Amino acid sequence: MEAGEAGGSSSSMVTEDMNGSGLMDFLDEPFPDVAKYEDFHTIDWLREKSRDTDRHRKITSKSKESLWELIKSLLDAWSGWVVMLLIGLLSGSLAGVIDLAVDWMTDLKEGVCLTAFWYSHEQCCWTSNQTTFADRDKCPEWRKWAELMTGSATGGGAYLLNYFLYTLWALFFSFLAVSLVRVFAPYACGSGIPEIKTILSGFIIRGYLGKWTLLIKTVTLVLAVSSGLSLGKEGPLVHVACCCGNLFCSLFSKYSKNEGKRREVLSAAAAAGVSVAFGAPIGGVLFSLEEVSYYFPLKTLWRSFFAALVAAFTLRAINPFGNSRLVLFYVEYHTPWYMAELVPFILLGVFGGLWGAFFIRANIAWCRRRKTTLLGKYPVIEVLVVTGVTALLAYPNPYTRRSTSQLISELFNDCGALESSQLCDYITSNSTSRALDDIPDRPAGPGVYSALWQLTLALVFKILITIFTFGMKIPSGLFIPSMAVGAIAGRIVGIAVEQMAYHHHDWIIFRSWCRPGADCVTPGLYAMVGAAACLGGVTRMTVSLVVIMFELTGGLEYIVPLMAAAVTSKWVADAFGKEGIYESHIQLNGYPYLDIRDEFTHRTLAADVMRPRRSDPPLGLLTQDSTSVEEVEALIKDTDFNGFPVVVSRESERLIGFVQRRDLTLAIKSARQKQDGVVSSSVVYFTEDAPILAPSNPQPLKLRRILNLSPFTVTDHTPMETVVDIFRKLGLRQCLVTRSGRLLGIITKKDVLRHMAQMMNQDPESIMFN
Amino acid sequence: MKHLFLPVASVLVCLVLLVPVTAKNAEDIRCKCICPPYKDIEGQIYKQNVSLKDCNCLHVVEPMPVDGKDVEAYCLLCECKYEERSSGTIKFTIIMYLSILGLLLLYMVYLTLLEPMLKRRLFGHSQLIQSDDDVPVGDQQPFANAHNVLSRSHSRPNMLNKVEHAQQRWRKQVQEQRKSVFDRHVVLS
Repeated sequence: MEAGEAGGSSSSMVTEDMNGSGLMDFLDEPFPDVAKYEDFHTIDWLREKSRDTDRHRKITSKSKESLWELIKSLLDAWSGWVVMLLIGLLSGSLAGVIDLAVDWMTDLKEGVCLTAFWYSHEQCCWTSNQTTFADRDKCPEWRKWAELMTGSATGGGAYLLNYFLYTLWALFFSFLAVSLVRVFAPYACGSGIPEIKTILSGFIIRGYLGKWTLLIKTVTLVLAVSSGLSLGKEGPLVHVACCCGNLFCSLFSKYSKNEGKRREVLSAAAAAGVSVAFGAPIGGVLFSLEEVSYYFPLKTLWRSFFAALVAAFTLRAINPFGNSRLVLFYVEYHTPWYMAELVPFILLGVFGGLWGAFFIRANIAWCRRRKTTLLGKYPVIEVLVVTGVTALLAYPNPYTRRSTSQLISELFNDCGALESSQLCDYITSNSTSRALDDIPDRPAGPGVYSALWQLTLALVFKILITIFTFGMKIPSGLFIPSMAVGAIAGRIVGIAVEQMAYHHHDWIIFRSWCRPGADCVTPGLYAMVGAAACLGGVTRMTVSLVVIMFELTGGLEYIVPLMAAAVTSKWVADAFGKEGIYESHIQLNGYPYLDIRDEFTHRTLAADVMRPRRSDPPLGLLTQDSTSVEEVEALIKDTDFNGFPVVVSRESERLIGFVQRRDLTLAIKSARQKQDGVVSSSVVYFTEDAPILAPSNPQPLKLRRILNLSPFTVTDHTPMETVVDIFRKLGLRQCLVTRSGRLLGIITKKDVLRHMAQMMNQDPESIMFN
Repeated sequence: MKHLFLPVASVLVCLVLLVPVTAKNAEDIRCKCICPPYKDIEGQIYKQNVSLKDCNCLHVVEPMPVDGKDVEAYCLLCECKYEERSSGTIKFTIIMYLSILGLLLLYMVYLTLLEPMLKRRLFGHSQLIQSDDDVPVGDQQPFANAHNVLSRSHSRPNMLNKVEHAQQRWRKQVQEQRKSVFDRHVVLS
């Protein structure tokens, strides 16, 4: 591991120069040290790991010297837990702020509270003494805009005025959101999960997890969700949590200087993000493990759980929903389900899979159009048009007028005796007085049928509008709209099954388990299963989906229906395309993401993929002691390779090591400035001892410290299956190909990705980054 | 340790956010019972400030509209829930959010409208024209003169100059980001 030590000591040499002091030093431009990677490049996982092992070894050996060093080593060991605690606190607080602000601003589109303007509708009516039983969701303290402006609350004129003002507020919010994103932090748009997946696999996107991105994403997320667009806040909350993680990494040099360790913290932060979005700490950890992270060591599992718990606890302490629950649609069921109901559950799974496949194809086609045609030149106008259409179509239907979270909450809820919504307008017989949660199946009243019509229209509307909404230049998430689509479909199916069971309880399928007068079918459960199916069809989550759904409901007894629906939807959706929505977006953008789940089964060899091919110019090589500084500089200038192999001599071409372009550039630049006697004709040598030269030659330049003496090599007959596996498991950037010890060529990660795309008949030129 | 400022500030913000939680208003906890119509009695809502263990029909529904043997049947129909909220947190959060949004909007207006006007008046037309090599798409790009100001920076290391230098560096970064996302569509589709 000599190269690792060399790399470690050179970087420590440079960083010791960076010891500034004073609060305002963060304003200075950061010193470009050897360890930093360039933007849009992949990190070297092995180098980061070896630097971390060196640092740890140094601290452990020094800790035996004195008590102070021992304390420092303990602090270093505990720094990881401190970072997790801080991430949990900040993510929980930001999620609480977002929830409270969204609650208020969503209601602001319709009216305002007269006693205290910062209260939403529900909070305003909390203290009111004038609520009656008949109007128990309304109170006179909260007025709609038409009533405030004209004085009348009912009538066609008031309706139109409310409609107009609703649309105006929606347009205003979305215009603010897109302007703030455009002016301050363009990286704050979109969901964030595809880019975070790529970052966690080793890619560098500078500024994506920065402080301005954090601020703008939080502020504009509230605006985007409040404007009534068909988007959710879960994906952006993961991005916000990862930004918090990045922010706190800068406190400790253990994480700020090592990109590999930083990604462990970011994995845990992603878990905290999902945990506060759903109120599901375990689901959050599993989501981070399954969907977002690339390398997930077991140590990260425990720390992620800690961060998720702290975040959930902080959110609960802020208590945004006033009832000590974390999520707006937390329901607690205890009604059992029956085996025969698995048939409609599996049907819902099929629906979820079909919808998922359709949505992914349609959304990717629309996003591709946005990328390549004129549509992408007018982001602000696009956002305004989509918001206008959404508001105009959503207001007439009471189920789309309210926020999507409230819709899902109402669909998940079972109809008790006191529900006043149209969906619960069942015909009850006043004869018996039963307890609240044991209401038998009843025939549907006219309110239920009209609600079914409205729900069907809402379903079609949501399916279509989400295709155009996801991917716009504002923060947008996908979880809530998918769950809404599934919940609507599930509730419709549930009501259908319930009415069939009531009116035809003598059919064979119902006879065995549904007696007349019993509470057999719970339509709310069907809504939950539908939501899980649609979410699984779009994102292709498996275990994490089931865990999140049952943490949302608090009922372990519904695991089997949820699993049945999730498995069915994944199978159906996988029949149409292997990738979920996030992997599809990664492919659309051409990020260098080598998916762990893809299997490479073609029989190509390393020699087929390596560069240089027959038509390419020969490989850019350096020799160990016969290249001059001038030749090296010319090589750097003429080519754009990321690194150069070093061989013994041009005749034998036996491999010595590999040197990175950036290290070479910096080393030569600093040597020209600092070392005397180094001129253009000086010889560059990578051996331990200087080559024997005549005294008239200028002083040679030793660059052994930047040479990696252990580059990965494969022979030319290695099957590509093995090569892809090596790239995946070790996180390599490039791999050298040799034959009988002689250097033949190089395979980079970009070549591997292009080859895989070619094998799968996709466009290999779409892989953009290295 | 140089970059302590912002993380410490954010931790202080969350601690401040949690403080109003502990100071509970008397109005903020209650037990709410909703009783539907029963026989000839109409539906009613009862609210009282009781603790969690006393939150049931017998303690909250006062005065009881039915008597004797009907009380149990009536109470079976009623739904009682214990609710609490923190009005201080809600007020603080909304006002803080609105002030941050207001500040950002003011800064945005300043950057997009006022600053180019001021710079134009101070330095004349010629400076703005030679700002960017790329043709800005659509309307005028904010931060278009970032390159200029960076190259004109003086060597005096006082505080104001440092802030201005850092601001110009930030603007250059944002402009690079904007080019990748909005113009070339390289990242984030």
